[in-house]
Amino acid sequence: MSAVADTHTQEHHHGPAKGISRWLLTTNHKDIGTMYLVFSFAMFLLGGCMAMVIRAELFQPGLQIVQPEFFNQMTTMHGLIMVFGAVMPAFVGLANWMLPLMIGAPDMALPRMNNWSFWLLPCAFLILVSTLFMEGGAPNFGWTFYAPLSTTYGPPSTTFFIFAVHIMGISSIMGAINVIATILNLRAPGMTLMKMPLFVWTWLITAFLLIAVMPVLAGVVTMMLMDINFGTSFFDASGGGDPVLFQHVFWFFGHPEVYIMILPAFGAVSHIIPAFSRKPLFGYASMVYAVGAIALLSFIVWAHHMFTVGVPLAGQLFFMYATMLIAVPTGVKVFNWVATMFRGSLSFEAPMLFAVAFVILFTIGGFSGLMLAIAPSDFQYHDTYFVVAHFHYVLVPGAIFGIFASAYFWLPKWTGHMYDETLAKTHFWLSFIGMNLAFFPMHFLGLAGMPRRIPDYALQFADFNMVSSVGAFMFGATQLLFLFIVVKCVRGGKAAEAKPWDGAEGLEWTVPSPAPYHTFATPPEVK
Amino acid sequence: MADHQTYYVPEQSKWPIIATVGLGVTLYGVASIMVKSGQGESTTGAWVMFFIGALIMAYMLFGWFGNVIRESREGLYSPQMDRSFRWGMSWFIFSEVMFFAAFFGALFYVRMFAVPWLGGEGDRGSSAMLWDGFQATWPLINNPNPEAYPAPESVIGPWGLPLVNTILLVTSSFTITVAHHALKAGNRQKIKIWMIATIVLALGFLILQAEEYMHAYQELNLTLQSGIYGSTFFMLTGFHGAHVTLGTLMLVIMLIRVIKGHFTADHHFGFEAAAWYWHFVDVVWLGLFIFVYIL
Amino acid sequence: MRVHAKRAGALVGGLMLPTLSMADWTVNMTPGVTGTSNEIFSLHMTILWICVVIGVVVFGVMFWSIFAHRKSQGHKPANFHENTVVEILWTIIPFVILVVMAIPATATLVDMYDTSEADVDIKITGYQWKWQYEYLDEEFGYFSNLATPPDQINNRQNKGENYLLEVDNPLIVPVGKKIRLLLTANDVIHSWWVPDFGVKKDAIPGFINEAWTRVDEPGIYRGQCTELCGKNHGFMPVVVKAVPEAEYNTWVAEQKAAAEKERELTQKDWTMAELMARGEKSYQTNCAACHQPDGSGAPPAFPALKGSPIATGDMAAHIDIVVHGKSGTAMQAFGGQLSEVDLAAIITFERNAWGNNTGDMVTPKQIFDYKNQQ
Repeated sequence: MSAVADTHTQEHHHGPAKGISRWLLTTNHKDIGTMYLVFSFAMFLLGGCMAMVIRAELFQPGLQIVQPEFFNQMTTMHGLIMVFGAVMPAFVGLANWMLPLMIGAPDMALPRMNNWSFWLLPCAFLILVSTLFMEGGAPNFGWTFYAPLSTTYGPPSTTFFIFAVHIMGISSIMGAINVIATILNLRAPGMTLMKMPLFVWTWLITAFLLIAVMPVLAGVVTMMLMDINFGTSFFDASGGGDPVLFQHVFWFFGHPEVYIMILPAFGAVSHIIPAFSRKPLFGYASMVYAVGAIALLSFIVWAHHMFTVGVPLAGQLFFMYATMLIAVPTGVKVFNWVATMFRGSLSFEAPMLFAVAFVILFTIGGFSGLMLAIAPSDFQYHDTYFVVAHFHYVLVPGAIFGIFASAYFWLPKWTGHMYDETLAKTHFWLSFIGMNLAFFPMHFLGLAGMPRRIPDYALQFADFNMVSSVGAFMFGATQLLFLFIVVKCVRGGKAAEAKPWDGAEGLEWTVPSPAPYHTFATPPEVK
Repeated sequence: MADHQTYYVPEQSKWPIIATVGLGVTLYGVASIMVKSGQGESTTGAWVMFFIGALIMAYMLFGWFGNVIRESREGLYSPQMDRSFRWGMSWFIFSEVMFFAAFFGALFYVRMFAVPWLGGEGDRGSSAMLWDGFQATWPLINNPNPEAYPAPESVIGPWGLPLVNTILLVTSSFTITVAHHALKAGNRQKIKIWMIATIVLALGFLILQAEEYMHAYQELNLTLQSGIYGSTFFMLTGFHGAHVTLGTLMLVIMLIRVIKGHFTADHHFGFEAAAWYWHFVDVVWLGLFIFVYIL
Repeated sequence: MRVHAKRAGALVGGLMLPTLSMADWTVNMTPGVTGTSNEIFSLHMTILWICVVIGVVVFGVMFWSIFAHRKSQGHKPANFHENTVVEILWTIIPFVILVVMAIPATATLVDMYDTSEADVDIKITGYQWKWQYEYLDEEFGYFSNLATPPDQINNRQNKGENYLLEVDNPLIVPVGKKIRLLLTANDVIHSWWVPDFGVKKDAIPGFINEAWTRVDEPGIYRGQCTELCGKNHGFMPVVVKAVPEAEYNTWVAEQKAAAEKERELTQKDWTMAELMARGEKSYQTNCAACHQPDGSGAPPAFPALKGSPIATGDMAAHIDIVVHGKSGTAMQAFGGQLSEVDLAAIITFERNAWGNNTGDMVTPKQIFDYKNQQ
């Protein structure tokens, strides 16, 4: 190309700008990745505080700490913040940091739009959290915001909530477009699709899911907005609409959303387990096909969240069979991970501990998912603590342990220092025990008949609730240790080599640690 | 993969953060207008906020796109960059398709399931015992509760204005294609004529659509509040209308850029993106014409 | 300091005592008392054991690797990384297990959906936050409210045995009869669940969902609302009492007679004191959940009645809002829910309680006329 382009590329070789403008104006995928990760952790703590309020109220029967109105606001905000503020941004942060490094690209495909995608998130959550201070309080209808509780009977702040969701949607869609464009267009020469690292594959499919379903979420909140402010009757039977219509559209978004929160973790774990087993991933191709199959099936199973709403029998059967099918590709993934470990040379540093716990506990969440798929049984499980146990098992040791595993795995690359292994192992064991203590008894509570989203409960549920609260406090407090470990690692520690893990594979380990501000200005050749 | 030119990574940019502030202020303003007017409070402050936000957004759009156009004309964009833009625009249009899919899904659901159930048919037909005297028909010109949702007197038939609008939009899809061929052939004069033709057709569509809305509101009592028929009708056509407006603006800007001589025969992605968007809007209209007006 | 610590200790001990004395570590689903609930229970146990077996095999292999193939014990890694036969096997085997599992699940589901040929039809309507039961063949109905006193909920009183699972008027059903339930709601979505019956169905405003049950053992069965329905979602239990048929028939006759008597009461001449006494009671049952026992409300969703323009101003407007509700808000139309006597009593009470000393009184007859002139 011309001389103009050359002078521009040379300018890129100086480091980051100084001060706050580095972060506000940046176009650098590493800066943006860092901002996503920091934001996500802040939201994790905020959503976690709300969980602590919930568990404190549920420590004993009777109303002690908060009133039911506020309790409902806490469950709603906890769910929304954890899903849209903690888990999703954490994976986008990992994608920002790692995708260009893994495929040998100089940056994300559309760097300025990348920065906009990030900054929209704090903006959306500022609006969402501000609803807590509005007249009538924050949204109090659960993170699934079923109409008409969220329309005719919702608080005035619902309109602000709707626009916050719109902004999050714009952010996610642009982020996903960026990921797809980067993966499809910026791979190093020689890196064919079937040579891509699995984290890249899972993110490609996740991005496709995001673009397909975030607009549907925007559509359903827009219909809510119209029902609330412009007198339409989408969700009101007296005008010919149907409250269940809301649930169909919502879960058409909601079920793929569940996989959006877990597929990138599948990808990351598929790097970490081989690295610490010192053995290549078993069944790479079948892993890719399994992720694809899960993603496609995720579009035709949504009504399994709605088995009790009165879906006609034929629909009920269809959604039951389709849901059961998801167990097949998910099983393939678990079997492949186990086969990767089998006859390896295993060591258990923090990333591996989290990854192994991921496989075990996510599988337990998968088992309860399979149980929930059996429609007749679901009539007993639905909207009880069994469901709460199920989705916390797939999200906490699933998504969140996947994020911790990734963080420890790549921290040396990001910071140039090794983290404190002893502290990290402590973090793991306390999280592991706390998390199981918090969520395992919820299975029993649900089976014994405790409904979800209640601030007070009958006496026979008292014991397990107390155990669960103790576990939750333990898990919550432990996460401050993670903050300490990361800050310590950023500030110093043993210098990390370019490839600190002897079994790790991939382009990201060919650049020095910490990764220079600009990497792969010239793409590497992949054989 | 023959081309491994240096990929252009832009310097720091102020536009994303300005866009964030602009969008946040605009939407917070819109939400405040809705909430305050719902509670019967003064909305002046909220309107001021909305306008400030909208101004920031307008400034940002001119600035950001201006930046991109300048960089493109300086030759900073390699063919690889061009492909990134193409992927970006294609997936953006796909996201729009899914946005419309949500509303079409709502329309199909109420027609196939909700309304017949309320009228006594099918698996949840016992619901009819809650709604004495309700007849399930489509178009729904009586509502389960006519006091809450007064029914429209009649609805808009497909073979009047909607047919004319269909012809206008389909024709405009042809004229934009002719303009595109002219661009590839490097015939400036021809491009201008055909683009102007496209824009005139688009404006014609919008005027007729406004006419149709006035007719519906003033003479047919077909409004947003007239039950699920009005809800789906205005949601789908209104949302489409907003997209036509946006598409028309894009075409106008492309016309200005053509006049300024921004495009060359083999380097004109801005124009193509607008044309893709225009075709998408056209296809959505065909879906609307069939499922909202005819069936 | 030590005194404080002791006090805190005593407080914690005292708070935990009732919990510990009631220790209940139930870990599994109840088989229940109906055919459906037993079928569900056996499906539940089957799929649970399938999961346990798969888990033991998979985790067994994994833990064996974790213990035997450690680097610290000098284990050298193998280098295999694919095997098509194995991949096909572990795709097909789970699939076959799922097909086997789907067969009984389908049969149970088909049975659960068959609401035909019922002996008794009961319409169940969910309200914020109570249930209404209407016996369609017998033409009477009533409301079922939480009976746990607020003092127990707010820890000012020891909690009773059926804390939060007790109501004033349970649903009464005959044993051995097929009962068809027609579920709907008046405001938001609720969900009616009795675990012992294996029946859970959403009550959706404007639509009717059907479910059925046949209870074979007499007894009292307890459940709860399972769809988040607002503030008091946790406080609207379901209690069903299954009784022998003869007892059921007697009860139905009594209910019909009582309904008749209630209609007669409308014509009676009521005194202010009588209305106030009945009004206070009805207010606490029907209105206090939102407007609070002391009329202070919970603005903005639930306005205060104490000193409010409605409760101290024009009487006609007050009657109108209670009878017809206010659309677009949580204020329901109570005209169809309560008897004329209760409506008159509540309105009279609201206009004279908490310092709203208007001295106004409205009689059941006036309410009756008001409703009929519409």
